[in-house]
Amino acid sequence: MPAKQAVCVRGVTKIFDTQHALENLSLSIEAGESLALLGHNGAGKTTLMKLVLGLIRPDAGEVRILGVDPAGSGATQVRQHLGYLPENIAFYPALSGLETLTFYARLKRQPVSDCKDLLERVGLGDAGGKKVGAYSKGMRQRLGLAQALIGNPRVLLLDEPTTGLDPELRHSFYNILAELERDGVSVILSSHALTELETHTRKIAILRKGHLIAAGTLAELREQANLPLHIRLTSNQTDRFINFAPSLPAGVTGNLVNGHALELALPASRKMEILCYLVGNVSEFDDLDIYQPTLADLYLHFQNRSIPS
Amino acid sequence: MRAIVILASKEFCDGIRNRWFLGATGALMVFALGLTFVGSAPLGSVGVDRVAVTTVSLTSLAVFLLPLMALLLSYDALVGEVERGTMALLLTYPVARWQVVAGKFIGQTFGLGAATITGFGVAAVFLAVLSPGSANWHGYLLLVASSVWLGAVFVAIGLVISGLPQQRGAAAALAFIVWLVFVVMYDMALLGGLVADQAAIIGPALFNFLLLLNPADAFRMLNLAGVEDISVAAGLLGAEMAGGLALSGALVSLLVWTLLPLGLAVGIFHRKSL
Repeated sequence: MPAKQAVCVRGVTKIFDTQHALENLSLSIEAGESLALLGHNGAGKTTLMKLVLGLIRPDAGEVRILGVDPAGSGATQVRQHLGYLPENIAFYPALSGLETLTFYARLKRQPVSDCKDLLERVGLGDAGGKKVGAYSKGMRQRLGLAQALIGNPRVLLLDEPTTGLDPELRHSFYNILAELERDGVSVILSSHALTELETHTRKIAILRKGHLIAAGTLAELREQANLPLHIRLTSNQTDRFINFAPSLPAGVTGNLVNGHALELALPASRKMEILCYLVGNVSEFDDLDIYQPTLADLYLHFQNRSIPS
Repeated sequence: MRAIVILASKEFCDGIRNRWFLGATGALMVFALGLTFVGSAPLGSVGVDRVAVTTVSLTSLAVFLLPLMALLLSYDALVGEVERGTMALLLTYPVARWQVVAGKFIGQTFGLGAATITGFGVAAVFLAVLSPGSANWHGYLLLVASSVWLGAVFVAIGLVISGLPQQRGAAAALAFIVWLVFVVMYDMALLGGLVADQAAIIGPALFNFLLLLNPADAFRMLNLAGVEDISVAAGLLGAEMAGGLALSGALVSLLVWTLLPLGLAVGIFHRKSL
């Protein structure tokens, strides 16, 4: 059966003791599509990944990965096409980096000769002979990515992949991800680093206390949230906006920031109209900046909204 | 099948890497050599065959030592990896859970078996020099083979223990209790029961059956009753336990005690959430 969907989650509930880790969650990811999972600590991101991987079973609902039940008997073969980077990755400390990759490559029935290239790809080419027990957090994270990439997986699950990486490593990390996405790999990652995700456009799902509270691309989320757009007018001279502020068009609010600037908040749909108005009728400003609502703004907006019942 | 081989060979290599193998072989060798020289000293020139006496001594040693070594090795096998976090990653690879259990079982049994064969093998070399031309070598071979099997039985039991608790400490405590029950307390309880009973209910047949319920006693029975000279050297049990029935009963007991815990360990591990 050709699986068009990389991951499909339907009405899934997972309860730990008395706590609802996930409640009636539905989500699907098409093949080749990528998804970023956002949410506070304990929102259920890791639980969702573990369910998709078949490490735990749902209490209700069903989970499919590449068309099969990940906790069922047919899942063993499907795992050939999965890569997973857990949140706190642990390796066998007595093995070297290369030995670790070799072990995992053999389990995945992939040529062991590729391991050296993989180490190079994540920037661990020189550390392959070193014991993993002596690796730094960043090195372990990179080795973790390397093992997830063994055998060109079709679905890649990365749980908080960039924690503990310095900015340079994060950059090369996202470069590798971009390459993979170009090759049609479904990358599912969870993260707290909102500014990083913003520049890597993909579908975003926001979780709160086990509920899915928003999903869509950045543009779709902006539309759903309907947060105001901000335009900042600046002037070289002081106090030029004082008289102008009361005469703004209806629906636009102005806020004097300091003597030099005026910040306007307006509905995103009226952007062009207001811009034309400003250019035509306001001569006081020398410069203008437009601020779209950031992912952080959207995230807070959705988090603060009450949970849909 | 390939996955099992990969996991088993990793388990075996781990044993060599962390010097566990070296320690176990050394310990077994020291004890076996000690019993070879000391245990056969009081025979003088009239006594029973030296190989037979050493086999009896080594049987008693193996009954105590091998279950302990096997449990120490395997109690950590599953819970340890779960606790350290390597198990979750391992299970996202194309490996079924029963294959993880099977791989660990085979790897650890091979490791312990190799240590046993080496330790007892070195003792055998010295025995061959001290007592050339003995007629009881098949008894010694049986001892080595069944010792490896006894190790396998307790590796399997250790895997059950390893699948049960969430913490390694709990598994360690459980392993110690299991060792105490099988190796020490069961025999004491049986003996106590026998004395209290005054042969009213517990006849020889029932007694043999009760012995066979315990794999450690089944191992003892297999070795002590199996070879004539050895049962003479063992002295006490010969008459009641001799014969093919004891032998086949012991084999069945060991087989059941290998397969049952293995199946149980697979079942437990299959239900475990990570």
